Amino acid sequence: MKYAKLIVSFVLTIGLFFTLNTKLGSIPPIGKFLNPYSGIWQNESTESISGNVRIPGLKDKVTVHYDEQLIPHVFAQNESDLYKAQGYLTAKHRLWQLEFQTFAASGRLSEIIGEKALDYDRTERRRGMGYGADQAIAYMEKYDKETLGYIKDYADGVNAYISQLKPEDYPVEYKLLDYKPEAWTPKKTALLLMYMTKMLAGNDDDLEYTNALRLLGKDNFDLLFPDFFDITDPVIPKETDWSFIDVPQTPLPNSKAVLDTITETISKPNPDNGSNNWAVSGTKSATGNPILANDPHLGLNLPSIWFVMQLSTPNHNAFGATIPGALSVISGFNQYIAWGETNATRDVIDWYKVEFNEDRTKYKYDGQWKDVSIRVEDIKIRGKENYKDTVLYTHHGPVVYDKNFKSNMELAGYAMKWIGHEGGNNQKTFLELNKAKNYDDYVQALQYWNAPAQNFVFASTEGDIALWIQGKFPNKWEGQGKFLMDGSNPENDWQSYIPQQFNAHTKNPERGFVSSANQHPVDENYPYYVFNDGYETYRNRVINDYFNSKEKFSVEDFKKLHNNNYNLKASEIVPYMLKHMDISPLDEEEMSIYNAIKTWKFNNDIDEVGPSIFRQWYSKLHSLVWDELDIEDTALDTPFSYQTIYLLKNYGNHEFMDIKATKDKVETAKDLFLIAFRGAVSKLIEIKEEKGDYKWSTYKATYAGHLLQALPAFSRFDIPIGGDRNIVNATSENHGPSWRMIVEMSSPPKALGIYPGGQSGNPGSKYYDNFIDDWAAGKYHQLNFLQSNQATDAIISTQTLTPNN
Amino acid sequence: MKNILINFFATILVAFLLSFVLPWWSVMTAALVTSLFFPLKRAAVFFVPFLAILVFWGLYSFILSSGNDYTLAKRVATLLYLGGNPYMLMIVTGVIGGLAAGFTAIFGKQFAALSIKKR
Repeated sequence: MKYAKLIVSFVLTIGLFFTLNTKLGSIPPIGKFLNPYSGIWQNESTESISGNVRIPGLKDKVTVHYDEQLIPHVFAQNESDLYKAQGYLTAKHRLWQLEFQTFAASGRLSEIIGEKALDYDRTERRRGMGYGADQAIAYMEKYDKETLGYIKDYADGVNAYISQLKPEDYPVEYKLLDYKPEAWTPKKTALLLMYMTKMLAGNDDDLEYTNALRLLGKDNFDLLFPDFFDITDPVIPKETDWSFIDVPQTPLPNSKAVLDTITETISKPNPDNGSNNWAVSGTKSATGNPILANDPHLGLNLPSIWFVMQLSTPNHNAFGATIPGALSVISGFNQYIAWGETNATRDVIDWYKVEFNEDRTKYKYDGQWKDVSIRVEDIKIRGKENYKDTVLYTHHGPVVYDKNFKSNMELAGYAMKWIGHEGGNNQKTFLELNKAKNYDDYVQALQYWNAPAQNFVFASTEGDIALWIQGKFPNKWEGQGKFLMDGSNPENDWQSYIPQQFNAHTKNPERGFVSSANQHPVDENYPYYVFNDGYETYRNRVINDYFNSKEKFSVEDFKKLHNNNYNLKASEIVPYMLKHMDISPLDEEEMSIYNAIKTWKFNNDIDEVGPSIFRQWYSKLHSLVWDELDIEDTALDTPFSYQTIYLLKNYGNHEFMDIKATKDKVETAKDLFLIAFRGAVSKLIEIKEEKGDYKWSTYKATYAGHLLQALPAFSRFDIPIGGDRNIVNATSENHGPSWRMIVEMSSPPKALGIYPGGQSGNPGSKYYDNFIDDWAAGKYHQLNFLQSNQATDAIISTQTLTPNN
Repeated sequence: MKNILINFFATILVAFLLSFVLPWWSVMTAALVTSLFFPLKRAAVFFVPFLAILVFWGLYSFILSSGNDYTLAKRVATLLYLGGNPYMLMIVTGVIGGLAAGFTAIFGKQFAALSIKKR
């Protein structure tokens, strides 16, 4: 009996130990997790920002002043120390995010969260994320050891922080997921830059368009997906003279699209990823100094994608938003210039069908067989055997789709040609911009930039404003890369690149301002092939109309524009629908909603109901119009909003308006307005029953979600902010202005900035999400631009990083 | 009663000392040690170390958290479906530690009983 008791109590004790020490599904190892000495209770604190910290490898002392926003103002004696300090401080405040983002970039999430991430990981690896990062490192090894040296300094800084950590110091998410940080490497910076490239230049519709062309025929395809809309207000003003360009567009070969049936395609980045930027010249500015603004629209996450810093050495002094993992300031200013980016998109991904020999070791090219090379992707999966995925590579790039992945072609596949694989030197552009003093320095800095193509806005204290559309762009023949191409025909390869000096740009244009909002970069007169790559058509017109509306603009005007909620898209279709819809069948409830939207002035403000009615009405309408494009097991995209609205107004009786499901009736646009409206009303009533009302703020319920599947505990919900996609204040549910900056080019520049998050990545810190309320209210924080290594009144604490000798 | 108090405070003291060198199962080790040196009877075998660690972990987590406005405790209490109540999280923390300690003490008691018998 005694033995039985002993065994039973022993088994119970051991069982309890394992239960509390092991991660079970998504439940953390609860004993470890809640232990006050090493678990999450140890994260219940705010970062220490004073005293001395020893950092191995520093050449000299580095001073870090913190202001009340927890923005570090870093004063180093040389660049090597500066980037060490940047790595160290980024790790200190954002370690988990820093590492998690690069795990996501390289397709290693299964290692942390198990098999459910395998499909995602395989996609990222087949997309060639790791391959692209390797190419970038190889390029720097060969051509730019200096930049690589700074990237190594940054890595040393991150590792200096990691090596000081004891398990109880690990950020909360490590404890939650029960793993620990690994050493940071230069390749991780390259991966982070690939991640940016994917986010902003990872979108294409070639395969969807191929299906559409096959199903609809050329005439209908061109009607639905035109290269240019009937209006353009391009990034580079229409009147620009292109006569200096003396390298012609690639001549048209005799090439036919490959009209395969493609069932599914890999996941794409959020099509809303975009931004606004603009600058006015001194003559258009209320103070006589140029003013510049930037607001990148990205997913609203916690921790935020941005981390704000001031980074200075005796030779330069830069301030602005940095991205954890990348060196220097990305969107910001120094004592002489300011710069910001918006996405330029452009079609830099093309697809080629390749045919293999019997054992898939060779592929057909130019009438011969070329060797396939192989990259084995060894994917670690938590709690399981590794998964090995063999990816075949051709001279085009990786064969993403083949019999092992989203396709059933035994001896063929689709290879991806992507600028992201070209091994560029993007980091150098930012290092140089941080040090630039004038227009020439800015142009010099841009030449290193390959991808993702960006509209780099610029303003200087000398009074110049400019905007370059910079990226490495293939010089394509007319129509190249719109559809799947035959990979065995050399004429389909990218023949050459547009010389950098012929990239579209404008300096001090006559109109006195430059602006970009992801619209068409140029009009038809630009001598190279540029087709519609999902260009935005509303924000840019609101912005340009605003700057054409009066003579002078102040910083206050800039704030108003950032927070402008005017819904141009709605204003171009709602009146038309109200006018042409048959309202005789509407009942009382429907009539009251009809009247509500009739009085709406097209502002997406938080207390309005108009935006919610419009959102419902338009989305129902959109699916009714494009029911023809909703085909099972066929990858298809629907036309862009602008063209959809254009067709509704000008082709109301087109066959596309007919609802295919109703066999006995032929609907027109007019009928669709009514059907969609009634559908919208019933949905709105549902929402009202569930949430009490459908005011815009209730309907949209903007939230900033924690990077880990928006864990409610670490996220912020129901943020009261207006706007929507296609609006200058581009805040939709979980996407929008991830950083808002306004810089006036006085000497030194004066700047405002804010983002929807906080400087700390620790959910236990009061600096975790403390900017959100001000951001939602359209407020800004003064950026305290220190001119020397002297703490001003704005500084709350100073920390010194000292060499370890 | 005296034994109970001695076991209670000894468990806290040993757990406190061991927490600097051992991971979370320091509380199990502490309960094992005190169950061998300060043996108890019947239900007290389990409940005294259970309460000792409940108080020890609960109190320490309160001290850590109250200095920071319970910022993280509220969030984790949401994460673990405790309605965002930081005090509930402290109690759960104490109970988890207490259970581990209590069961280990039962095992210690049985172990001691057996070895005494052998003599």
